[in-house]
Amino acid sequence: MSIRKPTLRVGLCAAASALVLAGCSSATEPEEAAESAGSPGEGTAAVGFIMVGPKDDFGYNQAVYEGSEVIKAEFPDLEVLTAENVPEDDTAATTMEQMIDKGAKLIFATSYGHLDAALKVAEEHPDVVVVQQGNTITTDIPENSGTYFGTVYEPMYLAGIAAGAATESNKLGYVYAFPIPQTIANINAFERGAQSVNPDAQTVTVSTSSWCDPGKQQAAADSLLSQGVDVLTQHQDCTSTVIQAAETAGAMTVGYHADASSLAPEGWLTGAVWDWGPLYTDIVRTVVGGDFVGSPYNDNFRVGYKTGTNPFVLAGYGASVSDETKAAIEEAQAFLASEDGSPFLGPVRDQDGNVVIEEGVVPTYAENDAMSFFVEGVVGKLAQ
Amino acid sequence: MSLIVDVMSGGVRGGTSIMYAALGETVSERAGVINLGTEGSMLVGALSAYAISVETGSPWLGALAGAVAGGLLSLIHAYLVVERGASQFASGLSLLFLALGLTSLFGAAYVGQAAATFDQWDVPVLSAIPVLGPVLFQHDPLLYLSYLIVPVVWFTLFKTRIGLLVRTAGERADSLTVHGYSVKLLRTGAVTFGGMLAGLGGAHLSIAYANAWFENMVSGRGFIAVALVIFAVWNPFRVMGGAYLFGMAIALGPALQARGYQFNQFALDVIPFLLTLVVLAVLGKRTLSSSPAELKRVFENAAPT
Repeated sequence: MSIRKPTLRVGLCAAASALVLAGCSSATEPEEAAESAGSPGEGTAAVGFIMVGPKDDFGYNQAVYEGSEVIKAEFPDLEVLTAENVPEDDTAATTMEQMIDKGAKLIFATSYGHLDAALKVAEEHPDVVVVQQGNTITTDIPENSGTYFGTVYEPMYLAGIAAGAATESNKLGYVYAFPIPQTIANINAFERGAQSVNPDAQTVTVSTSSWCDPGKQQAAADSLLSQGVDVLTQHQDCTSTVIQAAETAGAMTVGYHADASSLAPEGWLTGAVWDWGPLYTDIVRTVVGGDFVGSPYNDNFRVGYKTGTNPFVLAGYGASVSDETKAAIEEAQAFLASEDGSPFLGPVRDQDGNVVIEEGVVPTYAENDAMSFFVEGVVGKLAQ
Repeated sequence: MSLIVDVMSGGVRGGTSIMYAALGETVSERAGVINLGTEGSMLVGALSAYAISVETGSPWLGALAGAVAGGLLSLIHAYLVVERGASQFASGLSLLFLALGLTSLFGAAYVGQAAATFDQWDVPVLSAIPVLGPVLFQHDPLLYLSYLIVPVVWFTLFKTRIGLLVRTAGERADSLTVHGYSVKLLRTGAVTFGGMLAGLGGAHLSIAYANAWFENMVSGRGFIAVALVIFAVWNPFRVMGGAYLFGMAIALGPALQARGYQFNQFALDVIPFLLTLVVLAVLGKRTLSSSPAELKRVFENAAPT
């Protein structure tokens, strides 16, 4: 439950965020004057994190918790308050109020559905900064609030390079849940990464229509493996079934959410995993220093390799990944961080060969967050 | 050809957890008790099997623990409905939610842990038979166990004295009382045994098929099992066939997608349930007339005997 919500709706709101994001960069630069005395959150003694699920779910909420641990280490003078299993209703507001009573002037509301409560608390406490993870504020953004999220398809592009270089059958398998834009962008980026080093590589997709049904995942993995797929990856909330199915069959694995190399000592290549530490650190530093108003975080902030501090990073490499492949991945990461870099730098063709993104065009993060087609080389039908 | 073999083989593997649970529910309903807590018994079975397998390193001990846990949960159901006369529907559903909560609570520690699981073991000679080999004999030992349990349950129900008594508890409970048998004891035993089989079904899911534990991983298979019992007119062999058929309907979607056939995923998702409706429509009144008589009293809210 908890992990699915942010991923699901980031996509749904992408259209809205396209408008808001357009204003993002211009808002960042000239606002230095706003930092007068009494900036919200300035010099706070405590920082609060509310999570929708348990801190040890091997996924979304655990990543948040680990990020909060980084804050604890980076800012020894700050008291770090965390609350698990906070529902996406008024309970969230109550929990945040309690944190404010304990001296917190900066709160991270980390589930998609915490946004309403976050905005309510922000309105009642102009001196407190409430930032929300994964959702998008579609109204005027208050001076003490904002949202932030990362770009997961970038590391999936890099992982696609590892998969494309490793495959012998030129068939990669992708187990996914639902055709939401974030998943589509992940699958497309993965295939394009693979194509960049192996033009013959195909990505065969199988859907489970569930974020975590291990039985269906097994059926999906079995069907892909029986068709000669030799690298499996996925977009699921719980990931160990597919990884173990690949390992048992002697196939390779690209992980998602968490480093699962211990489950696949032979076949682990790499994966996209969470690391909120650098982004949280930068937000806390900005707020404590009194610089929040007008900062990129006082907005709907989307982060990728271009802006640095992408909370999605590449997991460690498996033993079978060659130095040559690692070098290609490093080069690609530098490309993604460059101004014209993108997994979807045109020309991008859809499954029917039509050019969807023209040659030389670099789509924005917002455009990629609204993706609704499979690229050439992806096998499968997108349910629309 | 290979598509058919893949779908059939996948149906047998994926349908086995449902089959165990439906077989258990058959025994329970033959004795006159509907157990909607079957899903819950599968859940506690799946978690217990996984946890014990992690702790001991033995999947067989895990499977045993799964059966015991599933049986214990159903024993509560038996106590409530047989001893206390509680509503079978309310009790079963309450136990399901209890199981959901308990397994979420105690299962968190086992998420992402690696357990010792049942490996595939090809049956010598038989596994080499074309079509039948891959479909039936290239699986795990816990699945092969079901090849024994189904005929044993059938034989016991229909060819032994204890089976006759259990069925009489579901058909004409008063006549048992007249002859000095305890209907309560028979029903409690049948419901508990049914829960043990459901627990084994959960165990098959967590330590033989999907090899993982996650919150709510049974995902409705227990309810499918309860529906399947009606579909299979309370007959163990039909339960087996029905579970495999359902498993195949689930396996069909991924098998087609992996071959690049262009189908809408949501249309494929509907197939298993469409199939169920079609079969129910075809069987129609036959299911009703084969129903154990005491079950009808449950629907009529009659006082339990």
